[in-house]
Amino acid sequence: MSEGISQPDQPQEVEGGERDLFSKFDDIIALREGLLASGQEDPFSLVMEKVLSPTRAICNGRDTILLGTYNYMGMTFDPDVIEAGKQALDNFGSGTTGSRVLNGTYQGHRECEDALREFYAMDHAMVFSTGYQANLGIISTIAGKGDYIVLDIDSHASIWDGCALGNAEVVPFKHNDIEAMEKRLRRIPEGAGKLVVLEGVYSMLGDIAPLAEMVAVAKKYGAMVLVDEAHSMGFIGEHGRGVCEAAGCIDDVDFIIGTFSKSVGTVGGFCVSNHPKFEIMRLVCRPYVFTASLPPSVVATAATSIRKLMHGSNKRAHLWENSKRLHGGLTQLGFQLGTSEPQSAIVAVIMPDLEKGAAMWEALLTEGLYVNLARPPATPANMTLLRCSLCAEHSVEEVETILGMFERAGKAVGII
Amino acid sequence: MDRAAVDTTIRSLIEPFNKKGVEITDATTFAGDLEFDSLTVMDFVAAIEDEFDIIISMNQQAEIENYGQLVDAVAKLSDA
Repeated sequence: MSEGISQPDQPQEVEGGERDLFSKFDDIIALREGLLASGQEDPFSLVMEKVLSPTRAICNGRDTILLGTYNYMGMTFDPDVIEAGKQALDNFGSGTTGSRVLNGTYQGHRECEDALREFYAMDHAMVFSTGYQANLGIISTIAGKGDYIVLDIDSHASIWDGCALGNAEVVPFKHNDIEAMEKRLRRIPEGAGKLVVLEGVYSMLGDIAPLAEMVAVAKKYGAMVLVDEAHSMGFIGEHGRGVCEAAGCIDDVDFIIGTFSKSVGTVGGFCVSNHPKFEIMRLVCRPYVFTASLPPSVVATAATSIRKLMHGSNKRAHLWENSKRLHGGLTQLGFQLGTSEPQSAIVAVIMPDLEKGAAMWEALLTEGLYVNLARPPATPANMTLLRCSLCAEHSVEEVETILGMFERAGKAVGII
Repeated sequence: MDRAAVDTTIRSLIEPFNKKGVEITDATTFAGDLEFDSLTVMDFVAAIEDEFDIIISMNQQAEIENYGQLVDAVAKLSDA
């Protein structure tokens, strides 16, 4: 592991050093150096030298079980998906070199949007180059000056950045608090446009939103509703359409945002909607227009994967079993988890502090297990979390192996 | 509501958040003097919003750095 980029050429002058634009990062540089000085392996520069399957890789030289990749449905090595990508690479080349609205819409982009429309049974689908850009583009474009965005305080960075890019008034409410959301909607001046932004699954703790109640309240106040289903697509709901499907309120949701980088198993983002004027977004949404479209191989793998996910009910059932077993097993071992019962394919293990969390992360990696280390400011309430995301391809035996690794690592670090 | 009345109300609302008992003047800053983090800001703003039945959007919050500016903003918002 190279630490070259974080080594200054000359000894750093701590006091009296020239202040420049980078001075604002001094605190975070110091925090990182303090952590690494204790001999801790850097949690944020892991390299996967070889990927063997959706659930195994060689990480920093070790054979490792992957439990932190959001590869929920294990589609990354599906033979049909890989074949579709290879064919598109052969027939359409390595990239489009163009915007979706100029030379960057190929047959494959259309087919991918067709697959999404069928998957969600909705009229319109728009594919973005990443999930981040889908939120950035849709939110900043539909909520303009004088409009109000009412959003959960624990929203993903891409949602906050979408708010920051636009000119609407931004009004956050306490996480999953229906009453706090209603109070804010009630106070918005008459006649102002309103957009409520929610997520199906919140990825930090793996908890879900009470969407049936929240969407009903939003509609009562005449707000449009956007739900980010990045962490539920393919898994939650009868057809894998997300928490809003499971909650029975999908017909009242105006926009669903999703990503190809989780269950779908590649990269890209999308928005689906039944709004009759939705297609105009292709011309007015800057993060859609002013960037190159996804490579043909990516949209071909995405379309194939999305179509296979429509028939993924057996895999969904196995993933639920995995989530329940891991959640139950970790609880039994004495770990503190983000939710009292399993609500998604994310199980968040709460660490006492960053030092213990980083030590536990390293102990698990030494055992041969990769999880995500999440730390402030990305986490709610400044928690340090080890986030585990399960895969439908984790076998029953693998989940037991994982629990054994957690037990040994937890005891070694002194957390349980 | 006049500025003095708004000031009195906010002074009582800020108490549970002013854990170090910092003396509050118009020049007292939230980030610097009171060391409010983002969660404290959210809870404190929610308490004010509920008390005055107003919205202080993030955009408006960005303009408010010290106590005096907050009182001015709330007086203006609750007047509208």
